[in-house]
Amino acid sequence: MKQYLILLFSLITLPAFADVPRVSAQQFVDLQQGESTYPGYRRAHAKGMCISGEFVSNGNLSRYSTASVFKSSKTPFIGRLSIAGNNPYAPDLKAPVRSLALSFATSQTKQWRVAMNTPPVMAVANPHDFYQQIVAIKKGPEAIGAFFEAHPESADFLQWKANYQPSSSFALETYHSINAFYLVDEQNQRQAVRWEVKPHASTSSLKNSFTGDNALFNEFKQQLSDGPVMFDWVFTLATEQDDEHNPAKRWPQTREKMIAGQIKITQWQAQQGGRCDGINYDPLVLPQGIEATKDPILRARSAAYAESYRRRAVEVLAGDVEEGRDE
Amino acid sequence: MNKKITRFSASMRILHWAMAALIISLLSAGMTMVKSLEVWQLELLTLHKAAGLLVAVLVVVRLVNRWCATVPALPDSLPRWQKTMALGSHYALYSLMILMPLTGFLMQYYGARPIAVFSWFTLPSALYPDIELYALYRQLHGFIGYTLAVLILVHVLAALQHHFIRKDGVLKSML
Repeated sequence: MKQYLILLFSLITLPAFADVPRVSAQQFVDLQQGESTYPGYRRAHAKGMCISGEFVSNGNLSRYSTASVFKSSKTPFIGRLSIAGNNPYAPDLKAPVRSLALSFATSQTKQWRVAMNTPPVMAVANPHDFYQQIVAIKKGPEAIGAFFEAHPESADFLQWKANYQPSSSFALETYHSINAFYLVDEQNQRQAVRWEVKPHASTSSLKNSFTGDNALFNEFKQQLSDGPVMFDWVFTLATEQDDEHNPAKRWPQTREKMIAGQIKITQWQAQQGGRCDGINYDPLVLPQGIEATKDPILRARSAAYAESYRRRAVEVLAGDVEEGRDE
Repeated sequence: MNKKITRFSASMRILHWAMAALIISLLSAGMTMVKSLEVWQLELLTLHKAAGLLVAVLVVVRLVNRWCATVPALPDSLPRWQKTMALGSHYALYSLMILMPLTGFLMQYYGARPIAVFSWFTLPSALYPDIELYALYRQLHGFIGYTLAVLILVHVLAALQHHFIRKDGVLKSML
């Protein structure tokens, strides 16, 4: 009940704390889709493909969370690999951000959607600053330089960016939860965590010989034809010194890490007509045993994803979908 | 037996006003939360779904109650066409009160998003989304919501007209 009183209170007081122009979900998605829209496609991370496989849990996290995914068992998933941007035909090797999304449909009352990106943190800590960041990116290098200067909280992100080189394969990237979540155990104890999905493959053993606009996707399909692609799912446990509500701040490397199991990707499908296409990978779709923190970016993702999903769903219903170009 | 009733029964009045408060809150919450990127959006959404389910239950109780009750007749002074309009708008209000939670549930169902009512229980959803049915019920939910808001406004204006202009006992029969 307390949280709902807080809600009422914040509804009344929030405008008083507004120091940046506040944007709506509609404005956000308008900005993401830009001038050219691609009917039926996601407004952000439009280019992607469906994947499926299973999460093989070792049971290590079951003492922190009652979610059935963490029991010592295998849970199938429908996932999606994608790149940042609104263009479903964009040259994929050039994309600065790659994503991995997973959907666990354990039962009719238990759904878990996970949407991860290559950066471990956000540059800013709330959706309104994030909006201004995207505006600056669209304006060009000078504007984004000025934006980062005006936002010292972007230090951790910039440090990561300086040391990050986009790889030549989806199988070589590490995908991060970015936002923190709570694992909730049987006694209702909450443990704040972030997670990363780390590749088994290494740069020395993997070379991408594909070229062209679909090199990343084609290389991954090639790998799957040779066998499963494996990742470790690693959780980082926050301590009391860490602020789980701030997505721009990295937690120290010394924090305890636990491997929850392996993510085994076995198959792919084209996204149009594929099983992942109808899924809104909203990270606030959580099963019992996992809860959302009050991270403002995490909370904003739900309404923005819903707006993007609604727009493309209506286009699909109207039959107004551009057929995929042949690859 | 022929004694004229001038007031709705207590149960009908309580249901009417309780649901009025609930539905107006639900409409304003709905119109806010689809736009909001604020931290409290999740709590508002959770409340909206739970309160929507409550309305679904209450509307059934209310219809049964209405079916069994004798209600005050509209004043004889009212022209026939206005009586028809009043009756029609009441049927419309009842229909939309049923359709709102129904389409709300169905859009969540086909979006494959189980509705958790606090930590109490969870309403099931489809295992995998059906994006076209989601779109259909999502659009209907929004459209019916705005229609309901307009109807409520007309309903309120009509009640005020009865009270202040016609000065008949129509509003008082619900107080």
